[in-house]
Amino acid sequence: MAELVHVRLDDVRKGFPGTGPVLDGVSLEVAPGEFVAVVGPSGCGKSTLFTVLGGLEPPDSGRVLVDGRDATGATAPFAYMPQQDLLFPWRTVLDNTALGLEVAGVSRAEARKRAGELFEPFGLAGFERSRPGELSGGMRQRAALLRTVVLDRPVLLLDEPFGALDSLTRADMQAWLDGVRATFDRSIVMITHDLREAVYLADRVLVLGPRPTRVIAEVVVDLPRPRVPDVVTTPAFTALEERVHHALRSAMRGPVTRAQRAGGSGLGR
Amino acid sequence: MTATPPRTAEPRPAPVAAPPDAATRARRSSWRRAWPAVVLVAVLLVVWQVYVDVSGIKPQLLPSPLRVLEQGWAHRDQLWANTVPTLQVTLVGFGASLAVAWALAIAADFVPWIRRALTPLLVASQTVPIIAIAPLMIIWFGFGMLPKVLVIALVTFFPVAVGLIEGFAATDKAATDLLRSMGASRWDQFRYVRLPGALPRFFTALRIGITYAVTGAVFAEYVGATAGLGIYMSIQKNAFRTDLVLAAVGVTAVLSVALFGLTYVVERLVIPWSRRG
Repeated sequence: MAELVHVRLDDVRKGFPGTGPVLDGVSLEVAPGEFVAVVGPSGCGKSTLFTVLGGLEPPDSGRVLVDGRDATGATAPFAYMPQQDLLFPWRTVLDNTALGLEVAGVSRAEARKRAGELFEPFGLAGFERSRPGELSGGMRQRAALLRTVVLDRPVLLLDEPFGALDSLTRADMQAWLDGVRATFDRSIVMITHDLREAVYLADRVLVLGPRPTRVIAEVVVDLPRPRVPDVVTTPAFTALEERVHHALRSAMRGPVTRAQRAGGSGLGR
Repeated sequence: MTATPPRTAEPRPAPVAAPPDAATRARRSSWRRAWPAVVLVAVLLVVWQVYVDVSGIKPQLLPSPLRVLEQGWAHRDQLWANTVPTLQVTLVGFGASLAVAWALAIAADFVPWIRRALTPLLVASQTVPIIAIAPLMIIWFGFGMLPKVLVIALVTFFPVAVGLIEGFAATDKAATDLLRSMGASRWDQFRYVRLPGALPRFFTALRIGITYAVTGAVFAEYVGATAGLGIYMSIQKNAFRTDLVLAAVGVTAVLSVALFGLTYVVERLVIPWSRRG
């Protein structure tokens, strides 16, 4: 299994022609084996943060450090799970989950063997030869996550993994992901819109401000593990959720307040 | 592995394997889709036949469908002898067109400036009036196969090349990012995602191209050839054998429809995963 690493994002700035600055000096750290959830207003640049962190886009300035070494632009330490499941219809479920290993130069037979071993723990046994279209939404997400985990990279980047699921399936998947995490010891960074999901799964929740964004608050989740679904009704849980909620609300009010303070009309930026 | 994460209780979907009578049902449903067209053609033929019988129009001017069929059958050896070279020239011309279209589309997908250079040329190739170019081809390249192959390539190249280039380019940005995060080279991205993703569009373009190819072949032969359905039509027209011209038109139509249908068979073999409504 991959060695755990320490990840640091150091004052990362990124903009695009047309949209202007998106990341305005984002700094964060992920300890080895830590689960960090990232929440923020819609369109604040969470996905852009992931593309820079995962080495897909170069930052305009700032660095990505892995175990203290510059890893800006490197994809190798990160296993990335995009928002859509992106299971390709021309591949069976097994071949879809083995794709990353094939790309990495593992022989097809070996790649299928390694991915196949995870079908049982991922609740996909018996669906190896199915086409992605034959799977339910929850199973598709599990297959996409299997494809990410099997790469055996130290850090998982999950971009709203359960965003497209109905709330019942989503609750199931959250409990299940907590179990997966206990088995496969990795660092996880997860973007989500769902504050309860963030508190339920993470060791630490980072709150991003509106675009151009930076980390404006951090909430440490000191609830015991493993988390049982009932934890969401405990006072400790609701207090944490309220803190995240509050940080997010004041983040969204932020720019208006600043404009008002400057004597503006309150129309925002 | 010792600790197994909890499995969510999700019922397995019902088996999706096709039931045994699927073939029968497919045949029935394709008949349900086809019958309006079949009935329409039958009605038109009957109206045509009745009109010719009732009006007593001269067969040299307008032969009845039965006469076309009868004379076509009587001259079946001649028709067949002219169908073979047309089919041959169609397949060679379309094959050449496909090969060049694939090569250029792949080059355009990998090299942006090739793509920018090609696109206007592809559009221009479609605005060339083929009716003016075909006779020139005969003047330049004679009565052999080459000018016909070139005419067919000219009319079919555009839809196929554009279908491929657009198919490659339609690849989801998120899919490209996923592959890049896996460490995929540009070539890996092409063979794992861009190429298979473009195939449904390619088959659509192939269908457009194959019908153009038959028409292009007949047209090129019409202008000048030693054998083929096109030159056969031209000769019979000059002899006022309108019935045989129409018989040759019928053969051309059957040929086009057969090749068109063949693309569906090939498509189902090559990309069984692509479902169409």
